[in-house]
Amino acid sequence: MTARTLFDKLWDAHTVVDGGDGPSLIYVDRHLVHEVTSPQAFEGLREAGRRVRRPDLTIATVDHNIPTTKRGLPVVDQISRVQIETLESNCRQFGITLYGMDSPRQGIVHVIGPQLGVTLPGSTIVCGDSHTSTHGAFGAFALGIGTSEVEHVLATQTIWLDKPRPYLIRMDGTPGRMVTAKDLILYVIRNLGTGGGAGHVFEYAGRAVESMSMEQRMTICNMSIEGGARAGMVAADETTYRYLRGRPLAPDNLDEMIDAWRETLHSDPGCRFDRTYAIRADDIAPQVSWGTNPGMTCDITESVPHPDEYARGSADLEAGARRALEYMDLEPGTQMTDVRIDRVFIGSCTNARLGDLAEAAEVAKLGRVADGVSAMVVPGSQAVKAAAERRGLDKIFRDAGFEWRNSGCSMCLGMNPDILEPGERCASTSNRNFEGRQGSGGRTHLLSPAMAAAAAITGSLADVREIT
Amino acid sequence: MMEPFRAVSSRVAHFPEPNVDTDQIIPKQFLKRVSRAGFGKHLFHDRRGPDFFLDDPRYEGCSILAAGDNFGCGSSREHAVWALKDHGFAVVISTSFADIFHSNCIKNGVLPVRLPPGHMGRVMREDGEVTVDLEAQRIRLPGESMRFEIDAYQRRVLLEGLDEITVTLRHRDAISAYERDRGPPSAIV
Repeated sequence: MTARTLFDKLWDAHTVVDGGDGPSLIYVDRHLVHEVTSPQAFEGLREAGRRVRRPDLTIATVDHNIPTTKRGLPVVDQISRVQIETLESNCRQFGITLYGMDSPRQGIVHVIGPQLGVTLPGSTIVCGDSHTSTHGAFGAFALGIGTSEVEHVLATQTIWLDKPRPYLIRMDGTPGRMVTAKDLILYVIRNLGTGGGAGHVFEYAGRAVESMSMEQRMTICNMSIEGGARAGMVAADETTYRYLRGRPLAPDNLDEMIDAWRETLHSDPGCRFDRTYAIRADDIAPQVSWGTNPGMTCDITESVPHPDEYARGSADLEAGARRALEYMDLEPGTQMTDVRIDRVFIGSCTNARLGDLAEAAEVAKLGRVADGVSAMVVPGSQAVKAAAERRGLDKIFRDAGFEWRNSGCSMCLGMNPDILEPGERCASTSNRNFEGRQGSGGRTHLLSPAMAAAAAITGSLADVREIT
Repeated sequence: MMEPFRAVSSRVAHFPEPNVDTDQIIPKQFLKRVSRAGFGKHLFHDRRGPDFFLDDPRYEGCSILAAGDNFGCGSSREHAVWALKDHGFAVVISTSFADIFHSNCIKNGVLPVRLPPGHMGRVMREDGEVTVDLEAQRIRLPGESMRFEIDAYQRRVLLEGLDEITVTLRHRDAISAYERDRGPPSAIV
């Protein structure tokens, strides 16, 4: 047998129809559904008189547009409520398990999948959401799809895919103090650009990745899409298997499965990647974005770049950077640490797991949210929230002046009432700083949970290493 | 059933900005609808204004969009394609597209054309009528014609307006055999 990458193995194991040079038909082991990208898919099934082929491989939750205020209250936004109720009735009609608003298992779809043990190594996972790449942290092939594909998967449990090419992202060395998985992935995207991974699947490897917890691996895989990759993945190892044991929905024969996964779920020595990019974690400073896409990022110790130095000769990129600085209301040459902020958002499928909240709490307890700043913590799931409360993290945040909310996607994309006002500037642990993403006219700086907490207590973007 | 794709003739709307994300194409406040219709009027909502290409009278009625590199990056929202199509765009031309956006185009009968930078520059400068002929895989500009490449399967889906679920259900036996012999790992609940 020739040496294969992890991705090649997952692809081969799930090929139902080999399309040669064209698309192949790939089996889907796990399908996750939420309220925003599914209604038109279910409607399509109804119109064609089709059923869901494998409701037993499908779960649903509400996350994108639900309020994060007290549970049990009616959803005031009528259009959001219609979307939530539509998902409830679709799940009833088609026999799909739903973790709704009042379920203790509710949460951001990419947080609850792993947490419940639905996300399994060696599997294929899809969801009508680009951050499905998160689940690749378990040695799985996980990708975001559009609504037509959601309908296709519901009807057939398969998807037609052109085979992406494997791209090795090696993270060697050991990150410095207070430098996190978020900083490493922002650094990679800054260097490869938001389209650098197009047509590829990232495999993250190297000592820095091997040393990461599952939550940290999820953070880097989550942002693969921000580098343009179809998916991101990490080889399964003992860290993966330890995480899985005792998960409520993990299979009964987990130990047997682990024995089989140990044999296969890694890239073989000598296998070939289409491309490779390597970083040394030791050299990387905490990162913060200055522009309107995640590639527009610099070290916290740097200043806002001049558009021509960012663009390196491309007129279109230079125009893009000018437009970004105008939107962000930033002057080239301004120290990043001199940028004042109005809001802080700690949350999202990138950075709202227990470890992320603990990391932020360590910093939050060193001070109080600065005057004029409003800061919010939105746990990634109700189970994360409960676990954080058992550890007293809610008290640390509340005492420091942060709001402590219920779970949901919240201000990552502002489909619920948690949005920025025009002109407000936010330090955010989410994944996208696109124009208007967190609210029309809102300005987003992406950073790690520790850096977000440092910004909250400083009142400006801050180097967390200086205050800890 | 999707409408079969026919050759499109129109002037070209030029929008060379690189890395345009789907949050800009259709902002989140419009994602709460439960139907596929009516997104066109919200296309590029937050960007509209006298300096924006969509509000330029020269581009009124254009059904071909020439876009910058890495068009459609970010969110998987298919609403972005629904909005472009509903507004009247049948063809989007760029040097590169984000993967999910590209796939969403095909599923909705919108033709995404990838061109090498030289040809792209030519299309970006063209003010006259242009014809995009998928059958012949050619773009015809005044006094010039250029070939473009597209995956054979995707071309067929567009030309025949194929419903992919119908195509896939012809492989029903292969899917059942896969389930019987190889997977999936286990039911979730």
